[in-house]
Amino acid sequence: MQENNKIYGINGPIVYIKGVTQFAMGEMVYVGKQKLVGEVIRLDSSRTTIQVYEETSGLKPGDLVLSTGAPISVTLAPGILNNIFDGIERPLGEIAKKSGMYISRGINVDSLDPNKKWKTHMTISKGQHLFSGSIIAEVPETPTIVHKPMVPPNIEGTVISVVPDGEYTIHDTLAVLQLDNGTNYSLTMTQQWPIRVPRPTNKRYPASKPLVTGQRILDTLFPIAKGGTAAVPGGFGTGKTMTQHQIAKWSDADIIIYIGCGERGNEMTQVLEDFSELTDPKSGHPLMARTTLIANTSNMPVAAREASIYTGITLAEYYRDMGYHVAIMADSTSRWAEALRELSGRLEEMPAEEGFPAYLASRLSAFYERAGMMQNLNGTEGSVSIIGAVSPQGGDFSEPVTQNTKRFVRCFWGLDKSLAYARHFPAIHWLTSYSEYLQDLAPWYSTYVNKNFVSDRNEIMALLNQESSLMEIVKLIGSDVLPDDQKLVLEIARVIRLGFLQQNAFHKDDTCVSMEKQFKMMEIILYLYQKSRALVTMGMPMSVLKQSDIFERIINIKYDIPNDKLNLFGIYYDAVDEFYDDVLKRNA
Amino acid sequence: MAIEYLGLSEINGSLIALEGVQNAAFDEIAEISVNHGKAKRFGRIVECYKDKAIIQVFEGTETMSLTNTHTRLTGHPMELGLSPDMLGRTFNGIGQPIDGLGPMDAELYRDINGMPLNPVTREYPRNYIRTGISAIDGLTTLIRGQKLPIFSGNGLPHDKLAAQIVKQASLGDNSDEKFAIVFAAMGVKYDVAEFFRRTFEESGVSDHVVMFLNLANDPVVERLITPKMALTAAEYLAFEKEMHILVILTDMTSFAEALREVSSSKGEIPSRKGYPGYLYSEFATIYERAGIVSGVNGSVTQIPILTMPNDDITHPIPDLTGYITEGQIVLDRQMFGQSIYPPINVLPSLSRLMKDGIGEGYTREDHQAVANQLFSAYAHVGDARNLASVIGEDELSDTDKKYLEFGKAFETQFIGQGENENRTILDTLTIGWNLLKMLPREELDRIDTSILEKYYPKDEEMR
Repeated sequence: MQENNKIYGINGPIVYIKGVTQFAMGEMVYVGKQKLVGEVIRLDSSRTTIQVYEETSGLKPGDLVLSTGAPISVTLAPGILNNIFDGIERPLGEIAKKSGMYISRGINVDSLDPNKKWKTHMTISKGQHLFSGSIIAEVPETPTIVHKPMVPPNIEGTVISVVPDGEYTIHDTLAVLQLDNGTNYSLTMTQQWPIRVPRPTNKRYPASKPLVTGQRILDTLFPIAKGGTAAVPGGFGTGKTMTQHQIAKWSDADIIIYIGCGERGNEMTQVLEDFSELTDPKSGHPLMARTTLIANTSNMPVAAREASIYTGITLAEYYRDMGYHVAIMADSTSRWAEALRELSGRLEEMPAEEGFPAYLASRLSAFYERAGMMQNLNGTEGSVSIIGAVSPQGGDFSEPVTQNTKRFVRCFWGLDKSLAYARHFPAIHWLTSYSEYLQDLAPWYSTYVNKNFVSDRNEIMALLNQESSLMEIVKLIGSDVLPDDQKLVLEIARVIRLGFLQQNAFHKDDTCVSMEKQFKMMEIILYLYQKSRALVTMGMPMSVLKQSDIFERIINIKYDIPNDKLNLFGIYYDAVDEFYDDVLKRNA
Repeated sequence: MAIEYLGLSEINGSLIALEGVQNAAFDEIAEISVNHGKAKRFGRIVECYKDKAIIQVFEGTETMSLTNTHTRLTGHPMELGLSPDMLGRTFNGIGQPIDGLGPMDAELYRDINGMPLNPVTREYPRNYIRTGISAIDGLTTLIRGQKLPIFSGNGLPHDKLAAQIVKQASLGDNSDEKFAIVFAAMGVKYDVAEFFRRTFEESGVSDHVVMFLNLANDPVVERLITPKMALTAAEYLAFEKEMHILVILTDMTSFAEALREVSSSKGEIPSRKGYPGYLYSEFATIYERAGIVSGVNGSVTQIPILTMPNDDITHPIPDLTGYITEGQIVLDRQMFGQSIYPPINVLPSLSRLMKDGIGEGYTREDHQAVANQLFSAYAHVGDARNLASVIGEDELSDTDKKYLEFGKAFETQFIGQGENENRTILDTLTIGWNLLKMLPREELDRIDTSILEKYYPKDEEMR
């Protein structure tokens, strides 16, 4: 049989075998003498098509292709967190030990360290009946996260033996199950799971809790729910990566999976360096203790770039099954779509829009639908939220990847070039962005933040919208001719833009802001608006109001009130009152 | 003895097909001689099947026929001979010496395709390079190990700017023996190559330069190899000889054009504007070969130059480049028309690595704040100018009038400077503060109050 499996042709990352083979669709294979990893992507009676996840230079027709009998899978066990992998779950740290500063080809390394002994506390006992997904042990994987090995899906049985608590490797047998058909099954900490198949769950819950990110424009104006999906499109230099970094650093997810898909090598190094140094505000341990990086930089092989997205989401689903809230940063999904396009071109498939394959939309939807707040097989609640960066060609949101992504995500944070040029960061434009979760999350905001939160938020949005229509007039005739009440709207909108929407990621207090402070900032801005409007209604001209520095002081609240001294807001209410009385007195 | 294959089965543009071959490997290099001539041409196997290989010939297929060729497979991918003696030498687009100094003794040979740097072994670049140009040092700071392209247009002074960067960066505070330049020209005019050669000579760095020249009349397919040659040399000098290498690649547009030409002759499915779908990956394998490796005292910094077709920044070439590189310096035809040199349009220009390489301990604590404020003020200037063009300058508010004044001064004093003017970072920041002083103090909303107190110039300091 093996005789048949000789390479017939090679075209970039695509390799052909002639004739009928025993390979299965999606099977992982080893190609050539260097045993490059590949996947079977098309079968017909005349030839088998394989995409290779590594550089194919040097491969020859006639080289053997070996079967592994299993689809492309990831190894799931302790050791995933605080680690950096390539697109097919090979640890880059181990690769560096073997091949130095460059990533050479055909390196055979274990995904996870097979020799490391993990401190294990068994949570099951003999005679217990276990179902798919039942948690069998607790392993402190990092200072922040307890790993909970589970019974793999589709396995169910009665425990006939259990090891005592102690230190075990990921391949040691922890317990033996007697299955219903009478055979025995050894449970270890390890599971294999094919990356293209979603892990099963019991059911999906509706969105009800926000993923709090500490970023004002996101949490207040365009929130994403835990288990939600968001797209961050923007041309180059508009701050997609910064937005993703900020969410990865400060969001209240338990675990972050950061997928650098076809992006810069230096960026991954930066994440690795930063996240090892920064401490997680919740646990006090380094951020890396709750983070996994998947790095397939733009110069790594294109087929592995296509796989990296699936590897990332499979790891996320696995931690979700343990009852954690996981957030995925996919930077950038456009590179993934381009990998699809490149491979599709090599396969000589009929292209649809702009050369992308016709199945782009269905692949995107299948990916985003793997997000969600779920009831897991073991009854726990966990979520996977996906935040996908999109890099539209030429910054034009009408291109196929942005448009198709928009159909499947419920949150759209549109980055704007002109805001970025003016260094207004985050450059998320308040008029093009939206969040469909607002309604779903309104009860949470009223209960946990303040009952006025949603109405305040809507008022802020209304002011920003008014500003934008007034700006149309200002652009034509200048602002001097506007009546004072409209000038006031412009001024308050300026306060909102500079004091609230703009957020400085490099300032220690401003980089992450609690919901409480966000709400108080909104309240004080609206209080200022209310008082100034009263003055304007009484006929005070804006020029008099603007003599006061109160507007600038409110703008600077973000820097001047530290996050742990929110009682200082009282001073600003007094200042607004004083300003009101002062203007009245002087112009009585 | 390697087998020589007589004749070909097909010739199509720069591609030839060879049948009945044994043991041909993907990406392998073939040597072809025509009519028993001495001169050998080189080609690369771009597709191979059981007994058939498609070879891309670098030097072109002129005078080849289906019968007059002898082809030999070399058994290895394209390689470049490397040695410290490369410094001061000039090579053609495929790495053969053309300076008349004879062949070079290679210390070792290396596959020019390189291998991806492992992100784990990279070090995040933080050391800034002083170029002496305010618009770059102040607003889009160049960092050692960065890839910062110049987006230009035909006729704009990108070459002059690149030459000034090379001159001043090499002679500045960072100057040491370990500094070298690798220069790769792809499809540029003879004059341009000559201009660079002369500049290197005049600034006394020519024995620290390695040049790879593929001029406009040289074979198109060679252009696909030239940048890889240059970067292989750069990586060798940086990571094995521990030197700080500045790589200038000009013009990346010709590289992309060559890629499109070859792709279409291979009959591939085009994506945007006829460029192949893998243009991004191809660019990435070039640009990503910049950086610093931890534990190695060397670096590769890239300044690729590309001319935007029709000055369109959304064209696939600048667009895809911008997504890979760590920022961009954009030249502007309108500013060029106003005789501002360098005509850098700072608003779309950006250096992504700047934030970590400036400020306290690197340049000065107020650097980031000044840069942000200048950006935001200059963005406002644009709005004010638009408004002025509709309602007339007289009708503007006083603040907007001040912005107009600021805009003009900013363009002439901050951005504009002499071709040989080498400003220190403190000069640049002082000019910045003096310009900001033209605006009402409450407009300076991007600067922390404490920094404003410390650096906002008092009246007597102005002048």
